[in-house]
Amino acid sequence: MSRGYLSRLRGLALPVAALLAAELAMLATGAQSDAFARPSEILRAMWAAALDGSLAAASAQTLGNALLGLAMGGGIGLACGLWFGAVPRVGRLSALTVNLLRPLPSVALVPIAMLAFGFGYRMESAVVAFTCIWPMLMFAQDGVARIEPRLLEVAQVLGLRGLRRAWKIVLPAALPRIFVGLRLSLGIALTIAVTTEIVANPMGLGYGLSMAQQSLNPALMLALVIWIGVLGWAVNAGLLRLQERLFGRRGARP
Amino acid sequence: MSAALAPPRLARRLGDAAGGLLVLLALVGAWAWASAAGWVSPIFLPSPQATWEALRHGLAEGDLAAASAATVERMIYGWVLASALGVAIGTLIGISPALRAWIQPTLEFIRPLPASAVMPVAIALLGLSPGMVLAVIAFGAIWPVLLSTVHGFASIDPRLHEVARVLGLSRRAFVAKIGLPHTLPDVITGMRLSLTIALVLAIVGEMLASQTGLGSAILMAARSFRAPELYAGVVLLGIIGLLSNVLLALAERMVRIHR
Repeated sequence: MSRGYLSRLRGLALPVAALLAAELAMLATGAQSDAFARPSEILRAMWAAALDGSLAAASAQTLGNALLGLAMGGGIGLACGLWFGAVPRVGRLSALTVNLLRPLPSVALVPIAMLAFGFGYRMESAVVAFTCIWPMLMFAQDGVARIEPRLLEVAQVLGLRGLRRAWKIVLPAALPRIFVGLRLSLGIALTIAVTTEIVANPMGLGYGLSMAQQSLNPALMLALVIWIGVLGWAVNAGLLRLQERLFGRRGARP
Repeated sequence: MSAALAPPRLARRLGDAAGGLLVLLALVGAWAWASAAGWVSPIFLPSPQATWEALRHGLAEGDLAAASAATVERMIYGWVLASALGVAIGTLIGISPALRAWIQPTLEFIRPLPASAVMPVAIALLGLSPGMVLAVIAFGAIWPVLLSTVHGFASIDPRLHEVARVLGLSRRAFVAKIGLPHTLPDVITGMRLSLTIALVLAIVGEMLASQTGLGSAILMAARSFRAPELYAGVVLLGIIGLLSNVLLALAERMVRIHR
């Protein structure tokens, strides 16, 4: 117990020391820069953005777009993955198309989404949706393919068929793997949402970051970078705990 | 025995390949039909024929070939830089359990940070230059290689450490003869992920810093409503992504079989 506590403190030592060193060095030299700010200034900028509500509004836009895209793309991926997993022949026939589409870098779709939807939440969530299809598809297909054959025999003995079999047997058995896919997809969705905002879409945290850089406000820029990091880390850590609570170690590894 | 089994398996594989091709052709056919019937506006979905024409024209007479070369070059330079730095730093951290305990939590925290979020910082620091794009690619693509190298060193069997001690191997000899060969499969897996990230960041960097390449080419095509050229660029990016993925997957398989 105390060992775990100690090792956590040890992990904190490096970043705290680095921040202190940066603060002292910049105070001592009085350095001014467009790219760096003192940690205390960064903290103040983050606090100010939190108080005036701009941080919450931008976070809500980014998270909203990420979740909307995840719901659409993840839903498509989940449906296809369950289908491909349950009917292996369909999975084999669609493998070529999936393998051709999957490596397409999602940022390449930003210009297409711009043409189709203009700027706004629709273009951003469309890009996120395309990206989220693939991890959900792979994990759902894999989850179904790994189901214990005896469970499927049970379904046969019980006379379960079609949708009832999918709902009562297949989905619950594949759920741990699907949840892993969901967790990874949410991380990817956040990354792609921020990227889309930095590249093109004028809303959310990514746009705020670009604006802070262009208006030569390094304190706010670095505050937003750190906030994006904290947000991504917190979402992943929360889902990881939920996954452990719901499924234990199931689904984590084959 | 295997000779008796081979023909049906081969036949099934051929059947699957043919079926897969048919599915793909059917989808392209549906695309052609939808644009011919005018269901979707050609402003944002050109017909396959128009895309093919733009691709052929752009590669033969336009600057698509040069743009592709520039993007691939950027991706590979950034990736090689990230891989070299990742293995070097990963080895330094991985070889010492004490250093690992101090540094790894910080690394785990920085790793999930979207690398594109670092790009504005890099622009403020280095300006809109090719060097800035390269630095961001290297920063973003380093994590899979670095962490898998650290993981590879951490998972070395303690008995191998003992063997090294008995043989009187120096630290450098241990890294070269035992550590790195043991870590290689992990490193290759990390490098595969890195290459994917490098391509994405090359595109983002070209878009933001207006550097020559497919990233800026497709953004310009979209801004001037030249949809066929936009799609031609996206197809090329898909091919680059596919080829790099296939090559690294082959390398990964070769290393694993070799073990």
